Amino acid sequence: MGWAIALHGGAGDIPHSLPPERRLPREACLRHCLQIGVDALTSRKSPLDVIELVVRELENNPHFNAGRGSVLTTSGTVEMEACIMDGKSMRCGAVSGLTTVVNAISLSRLVMEKTPHLAYVGYGLQYIVFYQEYHYTTRMLQGIETVDASHFITQENVERLKQAKEANRVQVDYTQPVEKDVKRDELKPDGDSQIGTVGCVAVDSEGNLAAATSTGGLVNKMVGRIGDTPIICAGTYANSLCAVSATGKGEAIIRGTVARDVAALMEFKGMSLQEAAALVVGDRVPKGHVGLVAVSATGEVTMPFNTTGMFRACATEDGHSEIAIWDS
Amino acid sequence: MGRGWAIALHGGAGIDPNITLHRQQEAKEHLSRYLNLGVSAIRSSLPANDVVELVVRELESDPLFNSGKGSALTEKGTVEMDASIMDGTRRRCGAVSGLMRVKNPVSLARLVMEKSPHSYLAFSGAEEFARQQGVELVDNEYFITDENRKMLKLAQDANTIMVVHFHLIFPNIHFLLFFINLNFVHATMIVLLKIGWQFDNSIPITGHAYLPETVGCVVVDGQGRCAAATSTGGLMNKMSGRIGDTPLIGSGTYACNLCGVSCTGEGEAIIRATLARDVAAVMEYKGLGLQEAVDFVLKEKLDDGAEAGIIAVSREGEVACGFNSIGMFRGFATEDGFMEVAIWDSMKQ
Repeated sequence: MGWAIALHGGAGDIPHSLPPERRLPREACLRHCLQIGVDALTSRKSPLDVIELVVRELENNPHFNAGRGSVLTTSGTVEMEACIMDGKSMRCGAVSGLTTVVNAISLSRLVMEKTPHLAYVGYGLQYIVFYQEYHYTTRMLQGIETVDASHFITQENVERLKQAKEANRVQVDYTQPVEKDVKRDELKPDGDSQIGTVGCVAVDSEGNLAAATSTGGLVNKMVGRIGDTPIICAGTYANSLCAVSATGKGEAIIRGTVARDVAALMEFKGMSLQEAAALVVGDRVPKGHVGLVAVSATGEVTMPFNTTGMFRACATEDGHSEIAIWDS
Repeated sequence: MGRGWAIALHGGAGIDPNITLHRQQEAKEHLSRYLNLGVSAIRSSLPANDVVELVVRELESDPLFNSGKGSALTEKGTVEMDASIMDGTRRRCGAVSGLMRVKNPVSLARLVMEKSPHSYLAFSGAEEFARQQGVELVDNEYFITDENRKMLKLAQDANTIMVVHFHLIFPNIHFLLFFINLNFVHATMIVLLKIGWQFDNSIPITGHAYLPETVGCVVVDGQGRCAAATSTGGLMNKMSGRIGDTPLIGSGTYACNLCGVSCTGEGEAIIRATLARDVAAVMEYKGLGLQEAVDFVLKEKLDDGAEAGIIAVSREGEVACGFNSIGMFRGFATEDGFMEVAIWDSMKQ
């Protein structure tokens, strides 16, 4: 028993040749976020508070595909989505299609905790709220910071979109850049044509669990495309056994009902966290498509992936901590 | 029990106990008609994916049910529709949300599954895809019925229409009271508590209008292939942009090589219970049979007091159904000649 926390900045075909100028800032952010999370857990903040805090930090960092630094849709715009789930009550909240909200995860939390609907009393409400500009209402956005849509767009992502369009395909979290014609004037730096989802899972020393995921989605995605992140069965899930946040190819994660299945294997087949997560990543999703972080009520952590790499970090109360990208 | 085809369809769980006899007849007639259409399609060797789409299209076009034409209205008086479809054999899926002009949402969901690189499209992006695919588009007006306009007005004028379920602990009595305002509920509860009544805390006070929502169909064809599809207009007076369980794979709809499942009822509860996926998961991971699985998830996975209904078929040619609400519009048929259309009386205990 004891607290535990794990977080990720996306799984995919992260090349081993990733240049330092792209690797170091991300590692630094993971380290920073891990520290924030650990500090919050040790000061006995609730897991919900902890994961929201950590994911906000990841969203604000332009090196990860969430919030600022989100990848672009085929129209060159940003559409963000996020989801949060409280394992104890099993309340959840999700949002999608956001264009101006600085921290999608905080809006998800608001949806989970505050949105009224047809007079349900004593229920935590959950639903995905898909907002486009004209759907925003003042009461909903109380306390939620919004900015001009241009805030989220980074030059790297403008480049990624251009590259994806040239290659005429929808890119996953990480794919190797397409072979370039050597006569081209511009030399693209090696690797890293994609950046991935962010997420965090945590358990406190009482065994309360929570999961959160946030993303800009797939590069060059169709406008209005919703991925696995805000879908409870797929990208985000927490109950009294475990909390899971997945990353990778959204469509494959949806079909594989990844996040729910980790918990279901534990519940219905009595598997351990590690076994369940390994099975889901190994069996239910094709190779190269998924990674996840998960913690259990008893303070275990697991971070399996079947892609080349996954930006990740974790720490447990007994002093174990890890920050990594590829397989050790 | 053996292999063979099977089909189940539903027109929503949670039915107004005061529904007129005429209305009940009408619903049963329509359900029978669509059931027979589905059966004919299966008999002409149409694959499961085609059959579920075809049946749900009929339900969508029928203003009697809450999907497509006849969808519940948003707080703005418009219609925003969701749908999803899943192909059990290859575990592919397609879903759409927030549709305002697409005549048959389930067909667009199928196109998302088969013709787009994605699994789920919403709002303007989905409508743009629809335009590109050349699907039939109509004005939002087409989906709106006078009856639903009236229901919306009622709900909005009164703040909400609520039917509140109270469970008195001692003596053990369940009773329902109609309220038009949440404040009245609170006031009533306070009075009752003050005079010494005790309520069962484990049943949250819920309020909802008796507006069955969602339609769905599940099929296993002659080749043992399972498919499931669900479609809805959502909750009456919902916030624009609100998405419920229907388009969420694993919650409202699921299919794999073992079974096909479609759910209806309280969206939020179905989402958090990942109801459709759990039916399949307990079959897969606990070895339960189809009806056992449906009964298990309804009993163990739904929040206390939450209402839902499930239809399911297995690759062995079985059908199963379960609901804990007052009634569920449904119909079933299997290859060995069994056929039934019903509204009341849950099949489980």
